[in-house]
Amino acid sequence: MSEQTSDSNANIRIVLAKLGLDGHDRGIKIVARILRDAGMEVIYLGLRQTTDSIVAAAEEEDADAIGLSMHNAGHLTLAPAMIEALRVADLDIPLIIGGIVPDMDVETLIGAGVTAVLGPGAPAEEVVEAVTKAVADAS
Amino acid sequence: MSLRGLGTEEIFERAVAGERRALGRVLTFIERAGEDADIITELSHPMGGQAHVVGITGAPGAGKSTLTGQLTRLLPDLGLRPAVLAVDPSSPLTGGAILGDRIRMDDMAGDDVFIRSVATRGHAGGLALSIPGGVRAFDAVGYDPVIIETVGVGQVEVDVVGAADTTVVVVNPGWGDAVQANKAGLMEVADIFVINKADRPGAADSRRDLDLMLDLSHVTGQERSSGYRPPIIMTTATEGTGADELWDAIHAHRGHLASTGELDSRREARHHYEITHRLEQLVSAGIVTALAEDDGAMLVADVAAKRISPSQAARTLAKRLLR
Ligand SMILES: Nc1nc2c(ncn2[C@@H]2O[C@H](COP(=O)(O)OP(=O)(O)O)[C@@H](O)[C@H]2O)c(=O)[nH]1
Ligand SMILES: [Mg+2]
Repeated sequence: MSEQTSDSNANIRIVLAKLGLDGHDRGIKIVARILRDAGMEVIYLGLRQTTDSIVAAAEEEDADAIGLSMHNAGHLTLAPAMIEALRVADLDIPLIIGGIVPDMDVETLIGAGVTAVLGPGAPAEEVVEAVTKAVADAS
Repeated sequence: MSLRGLGTEEIFERAVAGERRALGRVLTFIERAGEDADIITELSHPMGGQAHVVGITGAPGAGKSTLTGQLTRLLPDLGLRPAVLAVDPSSPLTGGAILGDRIRMDDMAGDDVFIRSVATRGHAGGLALSIPGGVRAFDAVGYDPVIIETVGVGQVEVDVVGAADTTVVVVNPGWGDAVQANKAGLMEVADIFVINKADRPGAADSRRDLDLMLDLSHVTGQERSSGYRPPIIMTTATEGTGADELWDAIHAHRGHLASTGELDSRREARHHYEITHRLEQLVSAGIVTALAEDDGAMLVADVAAKRISPSQAARTLAKRLLR
């Protein structure tokens, strides 16, 4: 079963980053390990990225998806800003948001163009499934 | 512009025209090998040859990425457009990888710098082909220098980085580091030594130790053959100290290569190395096919029935393969 998962994820490359001033990187590091263990290549950008630096990395790395982790209550401005930057760059790849997002905001983010939102306690299978599905649906 | 619906040649043309995303895709083609990679190789090979290829290697944590980041910060001001291939290992268990080199390099993401993270993807032969392929693509598109960062463990990694025009070996203060580097075969491939983390105690001692090792010129053999002695540069990459001196040394080494004709011989060695690996790949694929075919299966059956020996079977197959 896990073999199967690894195989189908073999070529998935995902950029993981924290956008703006948000020093909390425990969650995103755990996600990085989960996705690596599922056979993906994780390009980890770390803290304090800008929408421009994330677009540049996604282009240079030919990423299949972008994952942003948010813990500073800024998701309602940061996530749409990222969507807008991707739109301006005409970069058609799925954006997945993880971290602390209140239930009532999830629909707003999805409406803004975010592909999936993962809560802080999302189990590994859910994280992997969200990325695999987002990439499959986009291609 | 989206790349959807474009053919390999068109994507390559866009990369040459300076479209960052197209170059990103070209590098993916090369990594995945196969038909698209062959097309890219044929298109890019006649265009290259300008870029100075610089390998940076050393133990994990030595500061290679931080140092590379400092070089990429420095070079655009000198009118150069550097590209980086940052290699990190894939997990042997899952094939996945966490590629974290950009964390230390990305402060200055500009259009003049292109960074690509590369996973080793298990099969050693893959890296031996995808790195030269990536270098060739960067070169064709006009990036110069092309910097390859690899961990200095594993034969392929050392071979790949040793095949650069200029190879920089990064160690840290402490004698053990130089000894490790020696064991890993890095001393022989070093054109320039960097003692990074010079802010730490023992940096001066390390320099003396390294100098001593270089005095025993059998360490490199280079000094005897061409009078070139690898310089030792002290850097504190986290602060950017010494990065300009390192670039001067890299530049000077290139001058040395050009004036002695060694540049050509190194590039010839690189072609030799790449052709060997491509040939090995073709032959291995041929072996798999040959064994799977009816004739091959019959030979296997003959060996099982003790009608012929395994070496006779192999020789019969070899004749067929090389025909
Ligand atoms: N004290 C000190 N730390 C450094 C220096 N250069 C790099 N580091 C740190 O060493 C660690 C590994 O650096 P990195 O560039 O990722 O090493 P790599 O694995 O060789 O690419 C990081 O925490 C850096 O901040 C330096 O000159 N001095
Ligand atoms: Mg590194």
